[in-house]
Amino acid sequence: MAESTGKFLVGVYDDDDVVLEAVGKVKKAGVKIHEVYSPFAIHGMDTAIGHPRTRIGIAAFMFGCTGLICGLVLIIWTMGFDWPMVIGGKDPISFPNYVPILFEMTVLFTAFGMTFTFFISNGFGPTVQPLLFDPRCTDNKFVMAIDLSKNKLSESEIAGVLKSSGAEEVSVKQV
Amino acid sequence: MHVTSPVRTPLVTGGKTYADVTEDICRHVEGKPTKEWKVAFGISLVVLVYGLACVLWTWWEGLGVWGLNKTVGWAWDITNFVWWVGIGHAGTLISAILLLFRQKWRTSINRAAEAMTIFAVLCAASFIVMHMGRPWLAYWALPLPNTFGSLWVNFNSPLVWDVFAISTYFSVSCLFWYVGLVPDLATIRDRAKNKVSKYIYGALALGWNGSARAWSRYEYISLILAGLSTPLVLSVHTIVSMDFATSVIPGWHTTIFPPYFVAGAIFSGFAMVQNLMLVTRVVYKLEDYITLEHIESMNKIITLTGSIVGVAYLTEFFIAWYSGVEYESYAFVNRATGPYWWAYWAMMTCNVISPQLFWSRSIRRSIKWTFFISVIVNIGMWFERFVIIVTSLHRDYIPSSWAMFSPTMFDIGDYIFSFGFFFTCFFLFSKYLPVVNMAEVKAVIKSSSEKLPKKVSGVAKGERVSVPSFNKDVQ
Repeated sequence: MAESTGKFLVGVYDDDDVVLEAVGKVKKAGVKIHEVYSPFAIHGMDTAIGHPRTRIGIAAFMFGCTGLICGLVLIIWTMGFDWPMVIGGKDPISFPNYVPILFEMTVLFTAFGMTFTFFISNGFGPTVQPLLFDPRCTDNKFVMAIDLSKNKLSESEIAGVLKSSGAEEVSVKQV
Repeated sequence: MHVTSPVRTPLVTGGKTYADVTEDICRHVEGKPTKEWKVAFGISLVVLVYGLACVLWTWWEGLGVWGLNKTVGWAWDITNFVWWVGIGHAGTLISAILLLFRQKWRTSINRAAEAMTIFAVLCAASFIVMHMGRPWLAYWALPLPNTFGSLWVNFNSPLVWDVFAISTYFSVSCLFWYVGLVPDLATIRDRAKNKVSKYIYGALALGWNGSARAWSRYEYISLILAGLSTPLVLSVHTIVSMDFATSVIPGWHTTIFPPYFVAGAIFSGFAMVQNLMLVTRVVYKLEDYITLEHIESMNKIITLTGSIVGVAYLTEFFIAWYSGVEYESYAFVNRATGPYWWAYWAMMTCNVISPQLFWSRSIRRSIKWTFFISVIVNIGMWFERFVIIVTSLHRDYIPSSWAMFSPTMFDIGDYIFSFGFFFTCFFLFSKYLPVVNMAEVKAVIKSSSEKLPKKVSGVAKGERVSVPSFNKDVQ
């Protein structure tokens, strides 16, 4: 595929059910959708568009394992090897006592790791300027963006498809 | 596909559209501070400054300014710590546990409740730092390599478990709250007219664009964070209860403490959420979002957890007798009839009787009664922690050690500090950040609105849906 020319056709919808059905209709007409923007999460939208399933859950699990292992290494090394002590008449390494801390470390690593992965994988950061095809997408409108250079159909054909699927407004945007 | 249930009562009234939601919530963030806000904020600042002076004096002069003695080593400090941590748990329960149970009514209260959690945990942490004789050595509670051999913390001790638990709970709550804020901050950024606001909210919104990919990952991590926060909330207050349960003191050394404390925490936390939300919804005119249904649902949870606390009281009492351990029996006889009997009976009336009043539908749907009973519950829960801590300590095994405790002005002043700090933070939050999660409320509008705002799948404008929309072809 050629590099994107940055010319997009933007369809604005008023209703989330309409835009979800529209994704189906637009795809059926052979148009490749770049992305749909909405003010709230629409269930089933990402699979409807055809985005690959997120792997952030796997990342979260990995971070959790890391947390657990770090906790185990910390406690077992400090309490068992570096300065072992007999506390409360028990063995220096008395595993049931460590469960609360190991649990907390697992949760801590999972939460932080997963959240920062989320920010990085979406390309978010404090200095990032958002690419908004229509600023009303964070308010009350649903915006479908079609990359014209990635589609074989002509601009007017795609605009027709968008309009027939229920778009209130269709416009061209150069990014 | 939205199905509007004819059975469930609506969660958003007034026929709100998505644009209405944005406008109703953003208006308060974007507008100038109102007179009421300035007065309330001013009062909380005055309280904070007085409290801060007490805290600084406590730090400067040392813990001798408190009423503690050798027998009663913990009193208001730890009572206040447990009270504030308990209050914090309601926010996480609303965000996390109600998300897992798919309770849509959490959407309009979860942001403010989570903010309450964060500020409450900060207040609790302030008591931990305050009660250390040498707070500048607070870092000694962390397992850091050092020049004392390295001398490590005692990982077997619940006090160390607390360090990990409270810091994890605080940071994960902050994360969960912030992740939820990002889409709403983007909404404010995109409406901002003033360059400074646009820059600040833009930086905080991290460049959120509302793409389907971002939303799907957002939903995924919200679910995982909720799944993590649920055992976190249960474990944190369990660990706090272990500070007492793993000791040998009669009245403390009981296995009922973990579930009892967790239920008590949720009980007092919801009462505090009620107090805050009842005021916020009137001041910010959010009655269409925080409806009587929300208030009633929270009252039902107060009744449930209050009943669990009541059952725990009975269990403690029964086991104290059934065990045959005379020290344990005496601890309870002393609580009811000894020198602190007034605190015990205040606790019993406030905690056992008040939540049972919510069985009556008219009382649990009454705003005045809800506010009043929530205040009573908060007072009762403070007394519960006071009774557990002070009455068990002041008369334990050896009668020659028995002593009385009475608070000094600094015990009280440091508690006042925590109120000043909490309300200052809360008023700052309510002015500069959206108090309701706009994106989540918009997501439930179609399925839970009283009047649908426009033509939806064949339903006429403004008409109350009486059949599920997917059945419209069926007669």
